[in-house]
Amino acid sequence: MHIMEGFLPAGHALAWTLVSAPFVVMGARRLTRIISERPEARLQLAAAAGFTFVLSALKLPSVTGSCSHPTGTGLGAVLFGPPTMAVLGTLVLLFQGLLLAHGGLTTLGANIFSMAIAGPWVAYGVWRLSSRLGLPVAAGVFLSAFLGDLATYGVTSAQLALAFPDAVGGFGGALLKFGGIFAVTQLPLAVAEGLVTVVVVNALGGRGLVHLHGAKA
Amino acid sequence: MSARSNTLLLGLAALIVAAPLILNPDAPFGGTDDAARDVVASANPDYKPWSQPLWQPPGKEMEGLLFALQAAAGAGLLGYVIGRRHGRSDK
Repeated sequence: MHIMEGFLPAGHALAWTLVSAPFVVMGARRLTRIISERPEARLQLAAAAGFTFVLSALKLPSVTGSCSHPTGTGLGAVLFGPPTMAVLGTLVLLFQGLLLAHGGLTTLGANIFSMAIAGPWVAYGVWRLSSRLGLPVAAGVFLSAFLGDLATYGVTSAQLALAFPDAVGGFGGALLKFGGIFAVTQLPLAVAEGLVTVVVVNALGGRGLVHLHGAKA
Repeated sequence: MSARSNTLLLGLAALIVAAPLILNPDAPFGGTDDAARDVVASANPDYKPWSQPLWQPPGKEMEGLLFALQAAAGAGLLGYVIGRRHGRSDK
């Protein structure tokens, strides 16, 4: 889901940066409030940050014969709500953009929007919906992480299609083209991410120590 | 949930990730991010990337090292928290 440095036209790069910035600022405020109100939450925040660091570093093989990586943002979105993940995801993307030449600074805004904003918000929405529907916690967590992961890659495809519409098929044609690269590859990896997220929630909260954001008591 | 179902879920995830290597052994397994970049470049030959990464890891080995470092830092943090919680709840 990383759009490489220089591979968005300047106007698009600027627009995505402006769209993402308020989410990151809001997230930073939320993060400092969580830490001051619930200092004991720091450990769980560290776990959410660690999880997204590991998962986004793992480029995994998929049935399509290409590699892609999960995002690991669903866990933090479910534990702390999506604004927090805007900050943690930005840290990951900065690390990768500056040290790995993976993503970059001009495309940082667009990449933040797909991985650290859209993915976590979709994960959170799915989580709220599934707890309202009375689904078991494990099922809700799985669906959140799975769909959040896919949403990130869907947004990346849309961002590229907006910037580089197909000569014949326009935006729709380009969306299919980029979606074809990302979506099918991502599908099994998103399932794997969902399963691992369930395990981590179990490990963190197996003994009633986890507080799931917005969960019914 | 029990330790057994955790093991089962992790095993299933490992299977999903390992399966392509057996089902599709001759595939190049290149990155999708690079594939998307190449599609942009070939479909829009007039487009010139207007900025370059400030720094690039010198070679694949260094890149692998930095990715491993990222994963290790994350796994260490996560493992520390899970271990600490279980240690505390054992008392």
